[in-house]
Amino acid sequence: MTENQGPRDEWPLYEVFVRGKRGLNHVHVGSLHAADDEMAVRHARDVYTRRNEGVSIWVVRADAITASSPDEKDPLFAPNGDKVYRHPTFYAIPANVPHM
Amino acid sequence: MTASPTEDELQAGFDATIGRNDRIEPRDWMPEGYRKTLVRQIAQHAHSEIIGMQPEGNWITRAPSLRRKAVLLAKVQDEAGHGLYLYSACETLGTSRGELTEKLIAGAQKYSSIFNYPTLSFADVGTIGWLVDGAAICNQVPLCRTSFGPYGRAMIRICKEESFHQRQGYELLMTMMRGTDAQRAMVQESVDRFWWPALMMFGPPDADSPNTAQSMAWGIKRNTNDDLRQRFVDMTVPQADALGVTLPDPDLRWNEERGAHDFGQPDWDEFLQVVKGNGPCNAQRLAHRRRAHEDGAWVREAAMAFARKSREQEASA
Ligand SMILES: [Fe+2]
Ligand SMILES: [Fe+2]
Repeated sequence: MTENQGPRDEWPLYEVFVRGKRGLNHVHVGSLHAADDEMAVRHARDVYTRRNEGVSIWVVRADAITASSPDEKDPLFAPNGDKVYRHPTFYAIPANVPHM
Repeated sequence: MTASPTEDELQAGFDATIGRNDRIEPRDWMPEGYRKTLVRQIAQHAHSEIIGMQPEGNWITRAPSLRRKAVLLAKVQDEAGHGLYLYSACETLGTSRGELTEKLIAGAQKYSSIFNYPTLSFADVGTIGWLVDGAAICNQVPLCRTSFGPYGRAMIRICKEESFHQRQGYELLMTMMRGTDAQRAMVQESVDRFWWPALMMFGPPDADSPNTAQSMAWGIKRNTNDDLRQRFVDMTVPQADALGVTLPDPDLRWNEERGAHDFGQPDWDEFLQVVKGNGPCNAQRLAHRRRAHEDGAWVREAAMAFARKSREQEASA
């Protein structure tokens, strides 16, 4: 990790994840700049949860994230295409069987 | 490992995504023109939110009651948030927020012409909420479906908050209209000043908007300027009636055949002058933004120094 992001010595970029309510995953909501982790949480609270949009916030420096590949539709996910048996609709269940 | 795709294949992939009405995400390949158009539009949009805090911020200390002050503070804080959502979307295209701020204060990037008009009375706070945020909503709702993922997601967030902005403004004006003759006159005078600049917010007429066709082909824009302006007028007329104010346009009338209102054109020469920097408040708005940025420099530097020091102490502990 580098201290300076660009020539202007801007505060580093953080990605922000918010848990909307109990029982839900944290979801990526956007990014912000902060000098350190603690400030990032405070800023995330002000920028992304002004109306009770969350019960918990994660922040992580953007340069600490490893991503799958440069393209969103990427070969890493291609094998899923032929594994339709992972989806419930792969299995035919008679209509008279309840609660399925 | 396959050979890397050619430019033609990349373009075809991009076109197919747009053709399916799917979203482009930041790490997808995209044509340089698409990226540039997005950076320009999102930056202009972000700057408008940030500069847009000034005309209303002007009245925070002089709001007539604690309730109005709390509402106005919350509204102006939202606009700061909107600016930050949009800078964040723009940064996914590889342009940093610091760079964008510097371009704004150097006058190299634009913001909406509406914020170069002064707020002369407290009624303007209501009129801005009703007409300016109302026009912004018309512009922004279709942008929730824009083709660039981060921009659309920022717009969804923003639209959720805009309805509060418009309603608090309309309610403020309703309250004044129930007041004295002098208060009613203040509201009318304010509407008279803001009506035409609000219509200008949709940009020049389609015939003078050469980039619209390409932006629509790319799915960045979803409607033309004139379409949105028409929609805004049709929405606003019954609201003006309910409020009891007159919209200052002698040509405004319902056209049965079109099922829409006919209306006059704003003074497009005035619009060009304001865009060029010659509006009533352009210099003041930019000077204020520049001062805030420069006066804040020591805070940004101190926070970085503090963070560095804390890390060093932690490492040696
Ligand atoms: Fe806004
Ligand atoms: Fe707003």
